[in-house]
Amino acid sequence: MVKTAKLALEDGTILEGEGFGAEGIKTGEIVFSTAMCGYVEALTDPSFTGQILMSTYPLEGNYGVSKDWYQSDDIKAEAYVVREVCDEPCHPKSEQTLSEFLADNDVPGISGIDTRLITLKIREVGSMKAAVANCDISDDELLKITREQTPLEDLKLVERITVKEPKVLVERKDINVAVLDCGVKKNILDNLVDRDLGVTIMPASSSAEDILALDVDGVLVSSGPGNPHNVDGIQDTIKELSTKMPIAGICLGQQIIALTFGADVYKMKFGHRGSNQPVKDLESGQVYMTSQNHSFSIDPETIDETDLEITQINLNDGSPEAIVHKELPISCIQYHPEAGPGPHDTQEFFDKFVDTMRNY
Amino acid sequence: MPKDESIKKVLIIGSGPIQIGQAAEFDYSGSQACKSLREEGVETVLVNSNPATIQTDIETADKVYVEPLNAEMVAKIIEKEQVDAILPTMGGQTGLNIAIDLDKMGALDGIQVLGSPIQTIKDVEDRDLFAEFMERLNEPIPKCHAVNSLEDAFKAVEDIGYPVIVRPGFTLGGTGGGIANNKKEFEEIVIHGLDMSFNDQVLIDESVLGWQEIEYEVMRDKNDSCIIVCNMENIDAMGIHTGESIVVAPTQTLSDEDCQKLRNASIKIIRALGIQGGCNIQFAMHPVTKEYKVIEVNPRVSRSSALASKATGYSIAKVSSKIALGMTLDEIKNDITKETPASFEPAVDYVIAKVPRWPFDKFKESSGELGVQMQSTGEVMAIGRTLEEALQKSLRSLDIDEDAFEYMDYTDYNLEHATDKRMFQIYSAIKDGRDIQELEEITKISSFFLNKIKNIVKCEESIQQQGLDVLKDEKILRKIKQYGFSDKRIAELLNITEDEVAQARHDMNLAPEYKMVDTCAGEFEAKTPYYYGTYDSPSQFEAEDEKKIIVLGAGPIRIGQGIEFDYCCVHAALALKEEKVKTILINNNPETVSTDYDTSDKLYFEPLTKEDVLSIIDREKPEGIIVQFGGQTSINLAEDLNNAGVKILGTPFESIDMVEDREQFTEVLNELGIPQADYGIAFSLDDAREAAHSIGFPVLVRPSYVLGGRAMEIVYDDDELEEYMKEAVKVSKEHPILVDKFLEDSIELDVDALCDGDDVYVCGIMEHIEEAGIHSGDSACVIPPQSVSQEIINQVEEFTRKLALRLGVVGLINIQYAIKMDPEPKLYIIEANPRASRTVPFVSKAIGIPVAKIATKIMLGAKLSDFDLVNYADIKHVAVKESVFPFIKIPDADSILGPEMKSTGETMGIDKNFGLAFYKSQLSANMNLPTEGKIFISVRDLDKPKIAEIARKAKELGFDLIATKGTAEAASDVDIDVIRKVSQGSPNIRDAMINGEVAFVINTPSGKQSADDGYIIRRLAVELGVPYVTTISAANATLKAIEEALKGEINVKSLNEYAQ
Repeated sequence: MVKTAKLALEDGTILEGEGFGAEGIKTGEIVFSTAMCGYVEALTDPSFTGQILMSTYPLEGNYGVSKDWYQSDDIKAEAYVVREVCDEPCHPKSEQTLSEFLADNDVPGISGIDTRLITLKIREVGSMKAAVANCDISDDELLKITREQTPLEDLKLVERITVKEPKVLVERKDINVAVLDCGVKKNILDNLVDRDLGVTIMPASSSAEDILALDVDGVLVSSGPGNPHNVDGIQDTIKELSTKMPIAGICLGQQIIALTFGADVYKMKFGHRGSNQPVKDLESGQVYMTSQNHSFSIDPETIDETDLEITQINLNDGSPEAIVHKELPISCIQYHPEAGPGPHDTQEFFDKFVDTMRNY
Repeated sequence: MPKDESIKKVLIIGSGPIQIGQAAEFDYSGSQACKSLREEGVETVLVNSNPATIQTDIETADKVYVEPLNAEMVAKIIEKEQVDAILPTMGGQTGLNIAIDLDKMGALDGIQVLGSPIQTIKDVEDRDLFAEFMERLNEPIPKCHAVNSLEDAFKAVEDIGYPVIVRPGFTLGGTGGGIANNKKEFEEIVIHGLDMSFNDQVLIDESVLGWQEIEYEVMRDKNDSCIIVCNMENIDAMGIHTGESIVVAPTQTLSDEDCQKLRNASIKIIRALGIQGGCNIQFAMHPVTKEYKVIEVNPRVSRSSALASKATGYSIAKVSSKIALGMTLDEIKNDITKETPASFEPAVDYVIAKVPRWPFDKFKESSGELGVQMQSTGEVMAIGRTLEEALQKSLRSLDIDEDAFEYMDYTDYNLEHATDKRMFQIYSAIKDGRDIQELEEITKISSFFLNKIKNIVKCEESIQQQGLDVLKDEKILRKIKQYGFSDKRIAELLNITEDEVAQARHDMNLAPEYKMVDTCAGEFEAKTPYYYGTYDSPSQFEAEDEKKIIVLGAGPIRIGQGIEFDYCCVHAALALKEEKVKTILINNNPETVSTDYDTSDKLYFEPLTKEDVLSIIDREKPEGIIVQFGGQTSINLAEDLNNAGVKILGTPFESIDMVEDREQFTEVLNELGIPQADYGIAFSLDDAREAAHSIGFPVLVRPSYVLGGRAMEIVYDDDELEEYMKEAVKVSKEHPILVDKFLEDSIELDVDALCDGDDVYVCGIMEHIEEAGIHSGDSACVIPPQSVSQEIINQVEEFTRKLALRLGVVGLINIQYAIKMDPEPKLYIIEANPRASRTVPFVSKAIGIPVAKIATKIMLGAKLSDFDLVNYADIKHVAVKESVFPFIKIPDADSILGPEMKSTGETMGIDKNFGLAFYKSQLSANMNLPTEGKIFISVRDLDKPKIAEIARKAKELGFDLIATKGTAEAASDVDIDVIRKVSQGSPNIRDAMINGEVAFVINTPSGKQSADDGYIIRRLAVELGVPYVTTISAANATLKAIEEALKGEINVKSLNEYAQ
């Protein structure tokens, strides 16, 4: 029996749909992703913590769910909104349906939603507070819950999901790297492991001493959810390490590094989420297709007064996509070179980071 | 300017006549290329032999040549126009082949080749080079051996093992290929393939039958930036040509991991090939292991790229052209958003389904089985928010009798060996409760897709169970509509009328909303209004208060309704634009120029049915609608639209109806004193027999409503009549059969005329080369007429004028006449169609007047006197239209002509006299007429009295003659060698043909059995590419052409020069 479910937005919109996955109510900031593939990777991406994910592509769940595609141990998005969910997936790797996957992770899903309608609303007014209710609840009550939730930018999301203790992923090798885990994705770690590095995952709150004690050749500040201002202590750590070893940043990592060196970061209207974002390298002129998932961006106007330099920009809106430090071996990017989901066009980022560590 | 400044003048090579494997998509790409290059200030020269194209409009390029597409002729144009570069990648395989030939001739010295370098073309076209190339790249391809003999072929198959796929190198659309499961099949296919190949090469491929087939559309610029415009998944597994497959976009059953694997390979390949522009890459992917193999690389725009462009809104042809000039992706704007650059990958928020349209209704001798050889003539695309919706919309876009999934008998053999009926048969099997997993194993179609069809079956069952209640609940009915069910289908399931369902929908305010195709899934605001209908949410659209007019398109390309109608629709849109009227176009054919989003002010990519069209009218509230240009598809909607109170612009519906109704039409003809052949109307076999007897055999029989001469036949006696009636009554339940006296041996004329209600302008009178009885769409014809007396011409003009005025035509009318020697020449009318005919583009180009545009303006109220019109008889040149046939692609098809139309496209030859014009038209139609060698003649008894003259003429021109005994005796005063018939033992004509001793064949068919000698000879001519004719009149025309060709060099001249 199909259960009626509801999606509420803070602007008062309430749409009825059909529930799937877990029962219950979840709140979060609703964001849309235009990626046409890769729902398992997206749902398990820690960067979606605190957010309700909505896919603009209408058919989801077609190829089921495999653990191979997880980007973390479980689903990180608060809820999932789709036009249609497939209950009869077809893929040799599939272990369960999308609906079962959500149910196992206690995440509610809603289907039968005019996702384009919501996308256009978000495009107009920006990301909104929202709630998905997979249970009986009145419209008024649901709206109240929706509106009363804490805004995403005020949440301290990284501390929810970062590792609690250092974790050695790969024992020592010729080159060793520490990952400051703000919500790292499995593909980022895989890329490091594939390059034959010793890898240690560190809590986001680690001090510089903690890192130095590891005797690593560099630090990667990972991607993750929420507001870069709200990651306590991390800027001090980066500042201190910056003169001692190469540092790389991805997504949230870039934003934190930018803040560390004096640039400003602002919350975008509705961010960039998808697998088709064009990024131009200002030096080579080459354009890359990148996978993106971020709500915050460096304010390019504030870069000039710092020692940072923009090396790549987004061709859709001109926002900074990569920065380097003019003197220190610091290089970061706003997009996701590790992909999962999305194109693999920019994995050279990891090669360059390894080279920098090797030559430092 | 970022572009390469050394490129100032570019020759764009078109793809020639519409044929299976090469259709309207290349008119779209070539036209886009011209537009795009001119935007960058580059001078353009275009060559194409197909007059029914927008790209050969004098306005499209700076210079337009309608000349045969072979290297010699193109080299002459390069020389004459002094171009800096050629762009061969917009003209399909034809364009690439010409580029290679030009290179071989040395005609490209100092000329840049834009898009794909010659070496790249060779690397992907020659399988050995391709295999080496892929090996260097470490990209897997199926094992493949290229062989030049049967002996080597057997060695190859020993290495690979059965089953293998055999295909000839260098042909169009995989012509002549096949799958061999055993030695016998193998031998047969290899011999055929060796004959077919342009380079005597056959490729033996490891079979990847049953694997998933996936396509990637890739773009690259000089900075090495690469994007994937679209990926597509074939519902049908490997083993069925992608042109024959139902295709969905984007891929549905691939995980991100799978997609990225293929994406990485695509980018690696396009980079290694150094292509600047678009490229299509086909992959096979194992359904279980997900290993992949690269199947094919097309370093050019293609049918798939046209589909991808329409599916995403990203114009591959346009962007490719700019890249070819040296621009980079980030310098080119995204046409749809106008804000963001072209360097991004489109994201879609809908599902696309493409379904092919097959011509098997025209080739009863064909089994309709699908395989690695393409047989479909066209395709439709539909857009939906569910796959079920996209599939159902595409089915009703096909314009076949089935409006939805229909139950159909099937066997397990049918399920395993797909035919054009496959989707219906699978639906039927699911309806019968067959297990999905079992069906997946039999059909090799992923259960994902089978389950979608099952959803449709379940929904139908639920509609039937709930009965009329479904019409009472908005939520339930909306859900049904979200699955793409038409009102008509719902009505069928409920046993009520379509109007009742429409009314119920109307009462609950349930109408489609129209979502935009915007390349970005809503992320950015789109400026280009390209829409599809769906039922997600209630519509919030307010129609703009401005003058707008809807033009109905012609749907998929099929025999009888080709690109000519799309040409007319585009002209209508252009004319409306010139008159500052907003145009709305509705069509569902992804190949065409009409569905290019910048042709009209608004494009609705929708099925052309009463419901779908009326929904758009309800929303847009246009001032009127134009139905004259979309062929029978749009004309057939006239009655419903008229009844719904929609204003039909131009010729009123009553006139259309008057012409379709034979009795009313006869009254009009009698009143005007225009003679027609005797006829009768029959509702039964007895009626028909009676009519035939009173008129006298032979008679022409046909259903009263016909499209492209469907089910039309000439019968000579009672038995044939009976046989026909059994078949024909089946194809037309509601309409009676017409029995006309067949005017044997008469000359047929085709007339296109414009009428503004007060005055008539005869655009052109075309004299057919073949005699009456051969469908006008299949006959060659010439402007101006070559053998008709001025007296008859005057009479034709008079009749045309009288009839057009009497019918109240406002716009175009096409009339066919026959001149019968009785014994004095007497003029009869055969039929009249108050709409644009398929000859409109040819006439327009022959006389240099945009006839369809003028027709549109007349519909808006202009008068003929407002235009500067020339008399067609005053033109100083001769233009010949020749038809192009698909016989080579349809196994077993006989190449004889008759009242049933079989041609897919046309060429135009234009020159100073008939002979040269005819010669060029033949050359363009792949009939490379010989100027020396042996002519083989074999004619039926009826034609024997006329053969001596032809034989004498051929002899005079220096040909040697061979003939069968009877034919030789009929021309006993000419020196002819007698050769045995096939049935008379070896050595015979078959051997002579295979040995390449015959340069030209004259064979007129004697009977209806296709297993006779004539059939073998004709089929051999088709397969060996030996030029042939099947009528005496065509033989005469051919000899005239050869005579002229022998007199000297063939020259090229642009339409611009002719117009001066």
